[in-house]
Amino acid sequence: MRVEGEETNVGSATPEPAPGPGRRREDRARAAIHPPAISVSTDPSAPLSYDPELERIEIELLLEAIFRHYGFDFRSYAYASIRRRLWRRIVAEGLTTISGLQDRILHGPALMERLLLDLSINVTAMFRDPSFYRAFRQKVVPLLRTYPFIRIWHAGCSTGEEVYSMAILLEEEGLYERARIYATDINEVVVHRARAGIFPLERMQEYTENYIRAAGTRSFSEYYTAKYDGALFSPALQRNVVFSQHNLVTDRSFAEFNVILCRNVLIYFDRALQARVHGLFYDSLVHFGILALGSKETLRLSGYESRYEELSTSDRIYRKVR
Amino acid sequence: MYEIAVIGTSWGGLSALSTVLAGLPATFALPIVVVQHRSPDAVGMLAELLQSHTRLIVTEVDDKHPVVPGHVHIAPPNYHLLVERGYFSLTTDAPVRYSRPSIDVTFASVADEYGRHAIGIVLTGANDDGALGLRRITDRGGYAIIQEPASAESAIMPTAALRLVPRARVAPLAQIAGELVTIAPPGPPARDRVGARLA
Repeated sequence: MRVEGEETNVGSATPEPAPGPGRRREDRARAAIHPPAISVSTDPSAPLSYDPELERIEIELLLEAIFRHYGFDFRSYAYASIRRRLWRRIVAEGLTTISGLQDRILHGPALMERLLLDLSINVTAMFRDPSFYRAFRQKVVPLLRTYPFIRIWHAGCSTGEEVYSMAILLEEEGLYERARIYATDINEVVVHRARAGIFPLERMQEYTENYIRAAGTRSFSEYYTAKYDGALFSPALQRNVVFSQHNLVTDRSFAEFNVILCRNVLIYFDRALQARVHGLFYDSLVHFGILALGSKETLRLSGYESRYEELSTSDRIYRKVR
Repeated sequence: MYEIAVIGTSWGGLSALSTVLAGLPATFALPIVVVQHRSPDAVGMLAELLQSHTRLIVTEVDDKHPVVPGHVHIAPPNYHLLVERGYFSLTTDAPVRYSRPSIDVTFASVADEYGRHAIGIVLTGANDDGALGLRRITDRGGYAIIQEPASAESAIMPTAALRLVPRARVAPLAQIAGELVTIAPPGPPARDRVGARLA
């Protein structure tokens, strides 16, 4: 199956090189003669003629329709980011309104599949935020050594980059044999891709740098083999990983965990839904269980702040204490 | 009546931002949002460095943090920064033209959420991010200020913005804080956004 949204996953994070001054002057001269056409945007968003209040009504109706017809509940997703992703799909389909998208989605499940990928793939990287993995080694690994068996829930694992990162870390710390990682995502297709364990070869340099800065103890290239333009990660890294579909919005907890990783997933939810999911996590953690959030996510607004202590303030690693 | 000011900059931004913020009184009433290009793993030093130049409170944005009048909110590295009604949302969506945070993404979000109540400011920088976003702010009725290219450490970003927003107010760096104070007089915080919308 051709997977839409693929392009969103390969962006490089290196700064744009400054254009040469000569080229620039030329552009300026040309612009003086031919004023640039303005209405284009590299970042699809509503045309200016769109009334923001009408846009909001249409988006709410669309999300309601998707929920009632397909059962996917995006109604409590953060408005600003879902709006951005919807417009990207509207432009890609050659459409002009949200209502137009709604018509096509309700009468064509194939488009729903594509939109589902747009809305559910969270772009990530192996060893994203290397300092998190360093902190995890220093602060969490010693605690995990005291357990005979470690159950980890990676909630919202997207295409799996961070699952393999954690598997590698546990392997290097000698904890992998007694660990089981339950990696879940709302989208079956995404889970399938995560299970395949193949990532773009052109990102291996970036991932290698991340790995080194995450205090990796081996050579990163030991973990994958190049295959058809992709880097296939060692199947051995999957031997204690269970990938499955799970919806944080509608599904319940399915076990008790020593560690829950949910990094840069809750940012796509509104505050009410975030609070609900924090309830789910709290109920799913053992006493002294670990909760790891994204580096800009906080428990402060969740209502659960007093139930946890901070193990690493800057890397947002918490421990359930009451 | 303006309700938010958003500043975009890249190369030379730290020094330029320090100058602008140092020129604002502690009673400056608008929330200020700063998008400065930096490497994905930059540690949170920008907020600390800027804090030493201003009496306004400077913080790096956490997801869903409220938009606070008189505070300087810094876009964190490796995320895009969006505004909702009264608070921020972050995304890890792909970089836009190699930048995350992207100035265009934040400016467009502010334009769509705040309309004519937004002020956009483009300072020094070595690429043309921010130009489209600033254009969207003015197209939605907001106000635009561009650092005079000759006074910029790198003129590329302000020049690109000027091409798309030729009617923007152009000011040398030293006068930008004064411009802001003129159009958004210091005083008690602007009315709450939802209240303003209903009024």
